[in-house]
Amino acid sequence: MDKFTIEDMNLYYGKFHALKNVSLNMQENKITAFIGPSGCGKSTLLKSLNRMNDLVEGCKITGSLKLDGEDIYGNMDVNVLRKRVGMVFQKANPFPMSVYDNIAFGPRTHGIKNKKQLDEIVEQSLRDAAIWDELKDRLKKSALGLSGGQQQRLCIARALAVKPEVLLMDEATSALDPISTGKIEELCLKLKKDYTIVMVTHNMQQALRISDYTAFFLLGEMIEYNDTDTIFSSPKEKKTEEYITGRFG
Amino acid sequence: MADNNAVTDIKEIKAINKVTFKQRMISYKRRPLSLVMLILVAVAAFLSAAALIFLIVYILVKGVPNLTPDLFAWEYNSDNVSCMPAIINTVIITFLTLLIAVPFGIGAAIYLAEYAKKGNKLVKVIRTMAETLSGIPSIVYGLFGMMCFVTALHWNLSLLAGGFTLAIMVLPTIMRTTEEALLTVPDSYREGSYGLGAGKLRTIIKIILPSAMPGILAGIILAVGRIVGETAALIYTAGSATGTVSGVMDSGRTLAIHMYVLANEGLYTNQAWGTAVVLLVLVFGINTLSAFIAKKLGSKKG
Repeated sequence: MDKFTIEDMNLYYGKFHALKNVSLNMQENKITAFIGPSGCGKSTLLKSLNRMNDLVEGCKITGSLKLDGEDIYGNMDVNVLRKRVGMVFQKANPFPMSVYDNIAFGPRTHGIKNKKQLDEIVEQSLRDAAIWDELKDRLKKSALGLSGGQQQRLCIARALAVKPEVLLMDEATSALDPISTGKIEELCLKLKKDYTIVMVTHNMQQALRISDYTAFFLLGEMIEYNDTDTIFSSPKEKKTEEYITGRFG
Repeated sequence: MADNNAVTDIKEIKAINKVTFKQRMISYKRRPLSLVMLILVAVAAFLSAAALIFLIVYILVKGVPNLTPDLFAWEYNSDNVSCMPAIINTVIITFLTLLIAVPFGIGAAIYLAEYAKKGNKLVKVIRTMAETLSGIPSIVYGLFGMMCFVTALHWNLSLLAGGFTLAIMVLPTIMRTTEEALLTVPDSYREGSYGLGAGKLRTIIKIILPSAMPGILAGIILAVGRIVGETAALIYTAGSATGTVSGVMDSGRTLAIHMYVLANEGLYTNQAWGTAVVLLVLVFGINTLSAFIAKKLGSKKG
């Protein structure tokens, strides 16, 4: 099943042509990784999937992007879209409030007020993000006091709390130590049973370890898109091979 | 986790990285200019502190002996020159002014910081005007208030006219400090909130305003300081009537005006000093209270 269908997408920041004629489909309950050197447009594409690019002034998009066949830039309510397509950012960005309130912010936004129901969601989200045992005794403490790795998993839990269908991860482990990175990778593998995950990564080992499909971008163009094993073992394009073997980027 | 790293007896550690007097002298010998600089800034710090302490002590010494029960009598007459009505008026004017200026100031700041497009011409014009307005002498506001509220709107000399005049006066301050506070809220909070499907209004109310609260409060405290200490803008708007007011349409003097009039008449200099102490305590109390509130709000997010 295709979760996302992108056809002939072009994106401009002012006069800068950031994405050129991108077309790809992403499958449900799989992990798709975007790789490529900095500035190649992979994060830009990721942010177009839940319209976070709307916040960037002078950003223009053409072509068609569909979620479950429904036009993302059509009549869909942007807040509903972002509820369905959650996002974890490069830098952990917990709100300056307690662990509990951080997780409950999303569900409260979408109208859940019942205390018991919220308690359940908070516990379940923290369990799903594999951080419940570490945080169950400090739910009322400020989230800013957590370590970087814990903050990032808290942000994942916060994203899960609104029960999204898709999780976008924008270099979510690039600021973390290897142990925290390992935990988050394990988590992704566990989560893909229930969620579709699209991730941007600079770490090719990471893409190889956990993703099912990989798309390689260069200077705003999608050079190659295939299942991860094929991309890494026998890439069709020379540029892909050069990037993967570390000859540039 | 951190408990493993706790040291049981901190005194037992003999640190070698302490800068001794001898080491300092050695480095000053090589760079005498840094010693000169140190002495200069130390003298500057000492003199500033000394001037403030002298002022406060002087006011207290002159004023405290004059703090008689008469000065706090409910009814004013020319014998006791009670400052009680003035204290009440000051509180009324402060609330009245904040009631008008805070919603408008914060609202305008939210528009400028969150809604208006960056680089918008109107925003730049508003910002420049606000900066200019906050630098205008208060007597100009006083004259405007007199023309507009007292004469044209027929509010006469009244606390209401005074409150509106002061509201216009402190509006730029509240607006600018609030805007600064909103702009220092990291964009990652906004992204995080929008990313969870929260709308703009919810993001502002639940995430941005609480984060900016200490800065906003600082602006309000600044405004309260100006209101309590203001005389020029009030003389021609709220007037200097001595009695206890029965409503906001009555004329009444605030503490600062009360003190100004007492000192000006030359007959009640001692009572003027007493009033100065009351004013000092009032301002100190307001600052302490708001620092406490700011800390309370701040500690919630740790």
